[in-house]
Amino acid sequence: MNTNEKKEILQPVSMPVEGVAGFTSAWRSQWPKLDSEKCNGCLLCWIFCPETLISREDRSIDLRYCKGCAVCARECPVNAIEMIREGEE
Amino acid sequence: MSEKMKENILESSVNPMVGLPHAEISKHKEHDGTEVAALSSKLAEMPEYEMVHKGTGACAGCPSPMGLRIVGKVLGPNSVVVMTPSCTVASTGMMPKSCFKIPVLNCAFASAAATATGITGAYDALIEKGAISGPKPTVFTWIGDGGTYDIGFQGLSAAAERNDDFIFFCYNNEAYGNTGMQRSGATPRHAITTTTPGGKTENKKNLPILMLEHQCAYVATASVSYPQDLFRKVAKAKDIKGFRYIEVHSPCGPGWKIPWSETIDMGKRAVKTGAWALWEAENGNLTINAPTLQIAQGKVKPASLEEYIELQGRFNLVTRSPDKDKIIADMKDGIEKDLKRLLMRL
Repeated sequence: MNTNEKKEILQPVSMPVEGVAGFTSAWRSQWPKLDSEKCNGCLLCWIFCPETLISREDRSIDLRYCKGCAVCARECPVNAIEMIREGEE
Repeated sequence: MSEKMKENILESSVNPMVGLPHAEISKHKEHDGTEVAALSSKLAEMPEYEMVHKGTGACAGCPSPMGLRIVGKVLGPNSVVVMTPSCTVASTGMMPKSCFKIPVLNCAFASAAATATGITGAYDALIEKGAISGPKPTVFTWIGDGGTYDIGFQGLSAAAERNDDFIFFCYNNEAYGNTGMQRSGATPRHAITTTTPGGKTENKKNLPILMLEHQCAYVATASVSYPQDLFRKVAKAKDIKGFRYIEVHSPCGPGWKIPWSETIDMGKRAVKTGAWALWEAENGNLTINAPTLQIAQGKVKPASLEEYIELQGRFNLVTRSPDKDKIIADMKDGIEKDLKRLLMRL
């Protein structure tokens, strides 16, 4: 929005930041591992990830915030994402 | 689905305090190859803009941020959202942090529509006076089914009648999720909630039809499991002036007692069984969308309602009941009647 005269923002106002609930990876018990060779680039994981963690370009996953919900693995039509229990490779 | 997973679901619904089962990925996939290809090409064209920051406070697998992401992609940064107490507000984060990149106004439970009316009216006045330039920001609400079906309904109905210029989104998880799943007007019959431990004995309201009868500019039902459909409906609503109502069906993991990974799958099942109908209406002129139209016309066989009921822990009393077959037959009958009535409106 363009205002003609610039006004100071009255405090208190919340500002958008990443990680309002901290690094939510602490919540999870399993993490998604992508097999890039199996991936056919259908983008279903990208659209269904509630946390916006999967990149549209290379489907890399930002594990700092991943809660391990496994929606990406469940919806992947070619089983390219595998859920691995926390602490295992 | 494995036996262990079924046991886990049953366990968690007996004692609501027991933690949710670990999401175990079932092996069978229901994806249709051509369907996926058509959807992927549409997904690749969607705008890059993300409205929701990483690391929200929502439960794992929550469909609310999924829906908001798609809505944000259409409406863009030049928009304002009104929220009432709900899971989404609880997951926004605490002062001075917010996970949404656009202004969020959290108002009292009953006043979502009235607040949005005020904001859109104020923008109209400011633009008329020349105080702000550029296109008018899109005002929309993101309200749960409690704030839409029950508490916020008089404000919603009044705003629809006045044809105020904003989009009212209801994300419907069929109970008051934020306070721990109490029954709401959207809870279906036989579902266990904390206030209906013996299963709800009343039918749910058909609010989208009520909104259709308001004859407002645009009314639509959508589901987070059909992102392309939701995207198209929001894009259509954005270009219409006047009151627009879009209800987004959002299966809730903890509330429906399903594993987190199944939220999207359960949304698809709801549509494919006919339990949730996808349609849209401009100025009261109804169009039923696929696959609901085909199911209603009998061209496509609906998916198994038994499976849909059995997979959800909240229907455990139905699953374990000796009259299970009769109850499910009644439910099927109800769904068929609803779809027939919808067809008659065409």
